[in-house]
Amino acid sequence: MSTLQAGRSAPQLTFRQKLSNFDYKASPYFYISPFFIMFAVLGLFPIIYTVNVSLYDWHLLKGQGDFVGLKNFELTLNDPMFWNAFFNTFSIFLLSAVPQLIMATIIAAVLDQAIRASTFWRMTVLLPYIAAPVAVAVIFTQIFNQHGGPIAGALEALDLPEIRWGFDPFPSHLAIATMVNWRWTGYNALILLAAMQAIPRDVYESAALDGAGRVRRFRSITIPMIRPTMIFVVITSTIGGLQIFTEPTLFDPASYGGANRQFQTIVLYLYEMAFPRRDFGRAAATAWILFLIVILVGLVNYALSRMIATQDIKNVRPPKASSHRAIGGSK
Amino acid sequence: MTTTINPTRRATVPPADDRELKKRKARFYDKPGWLTYGLLGAFFLGSVFPLWWSFVMGSRQASDINLVPPAVIPGPNFLTNLVKVFETVDFAKALLNSVIISGAITVSVVFFSTLAGYAFAKLTFKGRNPLMIAVIATMAIPTQLGIIPLFMMVSELKLTNTLGAVIIPGLVSAFGVFFMRQYLVDTIPDELIEAARMDGASMWGTFWHVALPSARPAMAVLALFIFMGTWTDFLWPLLVLGPRNPSVQTALAALSASGGHTPDHSMVLAGAIISIIPLLILFLIAGKQLIAGIMSGAVKG
Repeated sequence: MSTLQAGRSAPQLTFRQKLSNFDYKASPYFYISPFFIMFAVLGLFPIIYTVNVSLYDWHLLKGQGDFVGLKNFELTLNDPMFWNAFFNTFSIFLLSAVPQLIMATIIAAVLDQAIRASTFWRMTVLLPYIAAPVAVAVIFTQIFNQHGGPIAGALEALDLPEIRWGFDPFPSHLAIATMVNWRWTGYNALILLAAMQAIPRDVYESAALDGAGRVRRFRSITIPMIRPTMIFVVITSTIGGLQIFTEPTLFDPASYGGANRQFQTIVLYLYEMAFPRRDFGRAAATAWILFLIVILVGLVNYALSRMIATQDIKNVRPPKASSHRAIGGSK
Repeated sequence: MTTTINPTRRATVPPADDRELKKRKARFYDKPGWLTYGLLGAFFLGSVFPLWWSFVMGSRQASDINLVPPAVIPGPNFLTNLVKVFETVDFAKALLNSVIISGAITVSVVFFSTLAGYAFAKLTFKGRNPLMIAVIATMAIPTQLGIIPLFMMVSELKLTNTLGAVIIPGLVSAFGVFFMRQYLVDTIPDELIEAARMDGASMWGTFWHVALPSARPAMAVLALFIFMGTWTDFLWPLLVLGPRNPSVQTALAALSASGGHTPDHSMVLAGAIISIIPLLILFLIAGKQLIAGIMSGAVKG
């Protein structure tokens, strides 16, 4: 017995085997470390350090001043200009997200049929996406030009009253939302199309044999089955939409979101605080408030998606569940 | 698209004889009709009109913006307007800068994302799942929110007005890691990696000779996304690049602001068209891959 046990000691490893073992254990960490180290320095640290900046009087050129606690937050939350920006951001966001989602769903449904030259149509749907927001803003600013752009011309030809796109709040929000919609609708349509194509065709066929018409099939099969993807599109649009900056900035390059700030958004307000006013403390507080708004809206989305997901058809696996589940949270 | 109204719209399944079933089946397999192509055509016009109109306006004189109905035939002045663009802003330098910035960031992101994505997809190590969840969580964080301290870091390091100021913050991407992991999980069979190890390949050798070749299609798609995303980025370059060292986007923004409240419409739109052309070429070459990437569940980077 004892002799047997004595022979069971660990075999002596050669140096090469030890090296190979170390290679096996350490390599994964070595492979993921560049991302984590750089993200910590360039992504996480600045966001956390924003808290520190927001607690001081901090000037762009003079640097760190006195510790002021939460005064920057207080000033921002009591600033009518901030609430104006807040309102404008949500107004533009709603004007772009809602019609965009409806349009994208319709286009996706159209593309989901056995159409001819499907690649060509998909390419044309995606065409606006390759134009940078700056170019889109420049182009649409000219299209919405009140003194003789194509839209003004069309209104004139139809004997309709002039619309002051660059001055009145609602028309300006509509113009800016149009820029966002024009660029992103096709992109989101393709994401929704991918979800639709994952729905088995025989489900549709049996519904058709049961006498379900086109509209009924769309309402009772397509929409419920692409719901996880829809939630995903809504969440990504939200995260992007609340940070809108380029379009309102360039809609009137001579100001910070219009002469009366009638289309100043939160990020544009942050920009105005930081650079022309050189008040980094206020800008950092604004960044942090925006961050909380994004998280909050994200959580609301998440909660809604959980609620909807539990009502979803249980025995149907959503298309591309792996990638959408990660964000949409429809576990 | 047939527009026959189904007469039997009841909650219960209507009784159907063979002929009715045949009819329904035939109707189901009908080819899409005029409504489908009408919608697609309308969407096509909506997508193309702004771009086409910009090109038309960019090739005419500024006063032509007042034409009713709007001009749809290009004029002879595109080159004249282009010369004006290059006189107003340093567009040549902007193009070169944007190519360097986008190229460097793309190479870096694709390489590090493939490396980390491979580790998360195919290697086992302690803490793999929590770390992957951390990556996904960071995807939802808008990194733009750290721009104030990031700006201070760049100033501190005397990088303001250099391309490094734009390149360094973009060197890695959580989205890239996630994207590569999703692809590699299903693409590389575990047996292949085990076989390579049996043959005595080191971990690095396995990555280099087994993983990298299979990752190539996804790397191309990721490269496309990152390049486009970087090329079209505006806020950060606007903060750290001055007018003497512009990117394409900041140059175009400066161009549109150049005339104050009376911009030279034709010049500005010619500039917009020029700024779009590089990506348009990329789109014509690799549009299919781009569509495949979006449809594989890619997200906004």
